Amino acid sequence: MENLLDSWGLTVATFSPLIGALVMFLIPKEKEYEHKMIALITSLWVAFVGLILLIWFDLDATDRLQYVVDKSWIQAIHSRYVVGLDGISLPLLLLTVLIVPLCIVYSWNHFPDPKNPKAFLILILVLETGMIGTFVAQDMVLFFVFFEVVLLPMFFMIAVWGGPNRKYASLKFFLYTLFGSALMLVSFLSLFFLTGAESFVFSEIADNVVAHTVSRTAQLWIFGGMFLGFGIKVPMFPFHTWLPDAHTEAPTVGSVILAAVLLKLGTYGFVRIAIPLLPDAAVEWAPWIGLLAVIGIIYGAFCCLAQTDMKRLIAFSSVAHMGFVMLGISTLTDFGINAAIMGMVAHGLITGMLFFLAGSMKERYHTLEIKRLGGLLIQAPKMGWVLGFCAMASLGLPGLAGFWGEFPAILSAYSPANGLPVETFRTFMVIAALGTVLAAGYLLWLLQRSAFGTPKEEFADDPNIHDVTKTEWIAWAPLLALILAIGIYPNLVFRATDAAVDASLTPCLTINADESTHEEIESAHCSDVYGLSDHGSDHHAASKG
Amino acid sequence: MTTNFMLVAFERPAIDWHAVAPEIVLLSVGVFITLLDILFLEKARPYMAALSGLGVLATAIPLLTLGIDGTERVLFDGAYVVDNFSLVLKAIFLLAGYLVILLSTNYIVEGDYWESEYYGLLLASLMGMIMMASSRDLISVFVALELLSIPAYLMVAWRKRDPKSNEAGLKYYLMGVFASAVMLYGMSLLFGVSGTTVLSEIADSIDAGNGSSSVMTLGIVFVIAGFAFKVSAVPFHTWAPDVYEGAPTPVTAFLSVASKAAGFVALLALIFVGFYELSNIWEPLIWILSALSMTVGNLVALRQTNIVRLMAYSGIAQTGFMIAPLAVAGNSLATGDQALSAVVTYLAIYAAMNLGAFAVIITLARRTGSAEIDSFAGAFHFAPGLTVAMTIFLFSLAGIPPLGGWFAKFEVFRVLATSGETWGYLLAVIAAINSVIALFYYATIARKMWADEPLESDLNSVEITPSLVSALAICVLVTLLFGIFPQLVARFTEVSLLAFGT
Repeated sequence: MENLLDSWGLTVATFSPLIGALVMFLIPKEKEYEHKMIALITSLWVAFVGLILLIWFDLDATDRLQYVVDKSWIQAIHSRYVVGLDGISLPLLLLTVLIVPLCIVYSWNHFPDPKNPKAFLILILVLETGMIGTFVAQDMVLFFVFFEVVLLPMFFMIAVWGGPNRKYASLKFFLYTLFGSALMLVSFLSLFFLTGAESFVFSEIADNVVAHTVSRTAQLWIFGGMFLGFGIKVPMFPFHTWLPDAHTEAPTVGSVILAAVLLKLGTYGFVRIAIPLLPDAAVEWAPWIGLLAVIGIIYGAFCCLAQTDMKRLIAFSSVAHMGFVMLGISTLTDFGINAAIMGMVAHGLITGMLFFLAGSMKERYHTLEIKRLGGLLIQAPKMGWVLGFCAMASLGLPGLAGFWGEFPAILSAYSPANGLPVETFRTFMVIAALGTVLAAGYLLWLLQRSAFGTPKEEFADDPNIHDVTKTEWIAWAPLLALILAIGIYPNLVFRATDAAVDASLTPCLTINADESTHEEIESAHCSDVYGLSDHGSDHHAASKG
Repeated sequence: MTTNFMLVAFERPAIDWHAVAPEIVLLSVGVFITLLDILFLEKARPYMAALSGLGVLATAIPLLTLGIDGTERVLFDGAYVVDNFSLVLKAIFLLAGYLVILLSTNYIVEGDYWESEYYGLLLASLMGMIMMASSRDLISVFVALELLSIPAYLMVAWRKRDPKSNEAGLKYYLMGVFASAVMLYGMSLLFGVSGTTVLSEIADSIDAGNGSSSVMTLGIVFVIAGFAFKVSAVPFHTWAPDVYEGAPTPVTAFLSVASKAAGFVALLALIFVGFYELSNIWEPLIWILSALSMTVGNLVALRQTNIVRLMAYSGIAQTGFMIAPLAVAGNSLATGDQALSAVVTYLAIYAAMNLGAFAVIITLARRTGSAEIDSFAGAFHFAPGLTVAMTIFLFSLAGIPPLGGWFAKFEVFRVLATSGETWGYLLAVIAAINSVIALFYYATIARKMWADEPLESDLNSVEITPSLVSALAICVLVTLLFGIFPQLVARFTEVSLLAFGT
């Protein structure tokens, strides 16, 4: 069993959705029930594989890549099919495999116009392959391919099933992200060439960068390319403008996946690739990233306050929340990056949940204009409470998941990594802390306007407005439970990420830690961190060892 | 005495019959078809398409045996070479030719055009391309070029009663002849300086010190400009949109893929075998051509409302991508080899995806009767399969993984980024920006097909002929396979001309 899992687990998790999609492709589109069942079973199967992967995952060695598979893929360009899972990828992988079946359940009886469950579900499954693949890929080219695979299904999901302004929004989403990733690819390739590495595998490249074969200027430029690629995806201020449009126009499920997983691809890229591979450049860039992050926090919050549409408000709150995540990352400390990963998971759960709620409310009220809403607690009390719960979670109430993303991120800015300007980061800390106040402001205001009070006249006797349905409960319960569970016991996530983050930072950041006292300097190679040895054929053996 | 004289004068150069077997098979098929037409007239017509298709496939057999054999064969004192490079290119030409025959089958029947002659000309043009892949001599390059071009001039004007087609034919002819003239002049200069027409000997002559001559420079510039016409690189692209629009659509597909590829082959042979040492002359030239083609092609494509014209401009932009690796090819032998593989890879993948896109255009235009992009709106409702196929081709052209086009673009970026030159990086960034611009119009078409409402209320599904189905199937399969397992194509395109040339 373990053997099978080791060599096939991640591959099966990655490509099962694709196989499901292929099967569905061959079934005529009239058989809607079959399509739904196949999609659900596929996604449940993937979730099951994810669960098994979690159970067999060695939580005492999260810093090491596990389930590593290393096969030749494109020899001509020295790119290999290398997948693996460590403590950084694990929570995000689990988030993905959890969200997708919930989305399928949620859309069970209400597919957005123009219906066509076949195409819609196929897109979701293809999307799942792309997302899982991105989180497990350990080779730059492979990562890039999966990173891009995600674009197409999301583009169509917005363009076909989206709101009135969908055409503009979908294209904007696509163009923005592609622009970033095209430059990112150039960065990857230059890095590969300049390091003289023999493959695109992360650990190998990292080793070669550590060996100082790349000039500082080149590192800065390359980091800049990656910064654009990942930063647009996150999205960071000022590249965020695609996000509100995409979110507002996307169908509910699309918004949920976009918020819960897609945005994490960008931050994950920073944590997994940009920073460990180019630590020198990261130190130079970090203050600027931190600056953009806090601008994002404040700007996002102000935009939220100005929104009149609930979905757009939640979208802008994503900009603010991802600002906290990026602030955590920009400190380049173990603490900050752990907080960032926690922030990603928490944001995924909470904002995903908020978009579900927005979708359900839209279905009932046929509008999300905040001033027309009101009295949700009277008309649909359970839903009102769920909304209240999520709003609290989102504003970072201690005891719920959101807190553990925000608070440590702010705290980490107090003492950034060596080589970073402490005063600057402390200023960032203060500004970010102000951001949480604003967050409480816009979320509570939203809650007040939409849930409290009495229903507006036009909806007062609307029979369409009913409380949470059974399918909605099924889709939401796991998310709500997790928000609470992680809030009470954050170690659920930190346990997995801590060692992995530490390991990804230590050997690389020691370069800058000349006068470092609190962090021990190890002369370890990055490949040890990744659990990979230097030679391709030994990769697998090493991971087991 | 007389016998002696005869012997000397008539010494036939040794011919490796195996090496020229593909050419001979194709020639025989062409002759056979022409004869059939003459002998049986109308009665032979229905079989023409099938016969020429089979003929092309039959040509692939000696190609395979040559590939398995794998030895490099040099004929006619180096004027004609059969090596891996030429075999791969010949395979691409044959595949493209076969697909074009599949695309033409119904188009030509329904248009009541002259079928037999059409296929005869198509095969003749294909013959020229196959010869081009092996030509390593100024004269054989030129002969091959004319052999592939002259039938194409006729085919472009094939819709005799349509003034647009006539205009296109005339334009293509005049532009083509002009380009040939420029090229010939350049060739004469090259011959004048080096005293030889064989490319490898020209390279020797450059080594021997003739490279610094300004006449040589002029010759190289003229020859490259001539081929820039053929591959429709900016600023020599002006003929392409009009010709593409006026020509019968299968012929457009043929021009945009096979004819362009042939131009590239010649360009590659000339640069790598002939002028490789003079990279200071051709590298900047190619750099400018590449940056201009990408940018101008893409920007103008944004404004197009006719899908064929759009494909013409997108083709110009793709040309820019394809020649980009050559702009740094002179750096080192290793970079040169990589650049060559990148171009060949691009050509192979481009052939599949572009022909596929044209197959969909032909099929949809048969129904909608128009090549306006707006008429494709809502195609998903009446032709879901075709829409999915078109989506695959469009996004492959845009270079989105996991569709074939990504690997083609990737290879280009790889060469540019690994050149280590500032110019290379700059071109890579220009290419990156351009791939985003290109995505705009590709994605707009896809979005129209998926998300818009159909113009007509008639939602009956589109009738697709069997030959188009097979063409589409081949193209989709190749596009997907090359994207997911790029090694499939990379294995064959890892070719080198430099080992031979220098």
